[in-house]
This record gives sequence, structure tokens and C-alpha cells, in this order.
Amino acid sequence: MEKTDKITDETIKQHVLHKAHTRGHANHGWLESYHTFSFANYQNRERMNFGVLRVLNDDRVSQGMGFGKHPHDNMEIISIPLEGDLEHQDSMGNTTIIKEGDIQAMSAGTGIFHSEYNKNKDQLVKFLQIWIYPNKKNVAPRYDQVTLDLKDRHNKLQQILSPNPEDEGVWIHQDAWFHIGKFDNDFSASYELKKPGNGIYAFILKGDFTIGNIELNERDGLGIRDTNLIEITANSANAEILLMEIPMQL
Amino acid sequence: MRFVFFKNGMMKTINILYIGGHFEILETVIRLINANENWNGVGVMKDEEAKEVFRNKNFSIVLLGSGIQEESEVELCDFFKKQNPNIVIVQHYGGGSGLLKSEILLALENNKN
Repeated sequence: MEKTDKITDETIKQHVLHKAHTRGHANHGWLESYHTFSFANYQNRERMNFGVLRVLNDDRVSQGMGFGKHPHDNMEIISIPLEGDLEHQDSMGNTTIIKEGDIQAMSAGTGIFHSEYNKNKDQLVKFLQIWIYPNKKNVAPRYDQVTLDLKDRHNKLQQILSPNPEDEGVWIHQDAWFHIGKFDNDFSASYELKKPGNGIYAFILKGDFTIGNIELNERDGLGIRDTNLIEITANSANAEILLMEIPMQL
Repeated sequence: MRFVFFKNGMMKTINILYIGGHFEILETVIRLINANENWNGVGVMKDEEAKEVFRNKNFSIVLLGSGIQEESEVELCDFFKKQNPNIVIVQHYGGGSGLLKSEILLALENNKN
């Protein structure tokens, strides 16, 4: 299908809609996780990935609990804390705390081990765990973390990730750009894709939105391909959205 | 989606070869594979070891882990395909348990087709 300048009824056909309640669910007691794509014991042939976006886990970890030391390789791993504090340790010698407003990125490359624990003794930590296939295998492992000003996402799209080390947010080994926006009710914004051929996956963090003619609610996901521009409208106050522009080819 | 293999009334063991350059990850992947009673994992770090074990055991799946150079990967895939045209070769990403099950189940499905 031909590319269009903006999303239309025709291009919206090139979408996948993942309603929040259709996600995989795992409750391990200390960890409650919702999986947009197949992960661990949640296996769904129709939910393997969207382009290079392979994992989108919506995790809640109990007080003082967490993921013990475990390995990764050849994957770009992004963590976005939504509430609470997460304590990170890795085999590169990093020990850090990430909190709301921070973005963490790891290039696993030839291999790393890390652990992530809820630092808090009195509240859950809620965070998104996102895995992106890299555009280059066997890179040297690296860790990156930034603190962003939450005010910079009020009624605008704040870039939190890109392929460029000099650009705003963290960077990864992939032609991907992530943005977060926190909108007032009825506020609208456009997002123009940065690279031809890329798709975009929108994930609703809070509230309600409309993209094209599709209504989305909290924790719904919408993947759109073959478009250059999308228009987003908030349908509730303090509505928050994560936009992930990613290559569609592995 | 079901992945149940019977042979003469017995559950068939699926042999899986993992090749990767990071020893601790190799150990982890093999432990995770062997946690499934119907899967048997063998892990090696060197190309020549991979060829040797492949000659001597009937594998259904090869998982390519991290640290394998591009030229080695091409040569190994060529070798495996010549030895067994039905072999399913899969790139393993992620290191841990998150994607391993998906990769193996998908490979088995492709093998069945």
C-alpha cells in the first residue's frame, strides 16, 4: 500500500490493536506482570512482536522484592519507572536507583548480568520493561540512564530515546525514537515519523486517547504501519501516552 | 497451539544445541532448556565443538547465542544444513527465560510444517 502523509481510514487498516485486557498476565506473588507480546509462560502466536519491538511488559514489583541476577545478550532493554524506585545493579559495576522521570537503557550485546529490585519498603514499584531487537549484534555492553524534566512533557511530546548519543534522552543501537506526552483533556498533537518505513506503537499510560478514528483506554496498545504522521487527541484530563517509533524489519 | 510429540507411544525428547561465547549465559540457557522434561540442551562455545557434537547427536534445533562472528555463523549454518537439511536454526536473543520458550516452540512449529 502507498504511504500517506497522514493517518486515514485506509491507513488505519494497517494497524494492530491490543486492548489492555487481552494482554498476557502472570502473577508470581512478588511480581504481577502484563505482557503485550509473548513472554515466558504467555505464548500467543499472534502476539510475537511489532517490528523490532519484541517485549512490552507492564510490571508491578512488591516492596523490597525484585528480579535477581539474570543474563541478557543482543537486546536493547529499556526500563521506564512509572511509580516508586527501582534499584539496578549490573555486571559492568553500575549500582543506581531509577525513579519516575528517569529512563534506563542497556545494550546487552555480547552479554550482561543484572538485577532490578524495588528499593521501597512501603510501596509497589511500577515500571515498563521494553525489549528492542538491535540493529547490530555483539556490541560491547553498555548502560545509560537519564533524568528528564516531567514538565517538558505537559501538552507536548518529550523525546526520551533515540539512536543518537547527542540527542535528548537515552540512546540505543536501533533506529528508534520514543516520546512521552501528558495531555490536558481535548489537547491534540501530531507526531511525524522520523524515518521512512518505520512503524509506530502507541501505549496508553493513563487516561483515554483517540488516534485516527480509534479510541484507546489505559494500557491499550496500537501499532500502526505505513504512515508518516499520526494525530493524537486526549479524551481525559492528565492523559499520558508513550509513542515508540521503530523499524518494522528485523 | 499444541506442541506434543509422540513416537511409538513415547514422548520424544527434543535435542537442542546452543552455541554462544558467554559461558555464564550458556550455563543459564542450558539449565533453562533442561528444566523442560522433553527438551535436552547441549551447550558449546567453539565452532569446532559445535560441529563435533552435531555429527554425533540428532538435534532438532540449533540456537545461536551471542559472540558468534558473522563468518562463523554463515559457515556453521551451512555445515548444519548439509548434515541435516531439516535442522531449524534460530537466533537466540535476550539470554534468559523470557524469549527462550517462544523461540523453541516457534522453531518446533516450523519444523513440524
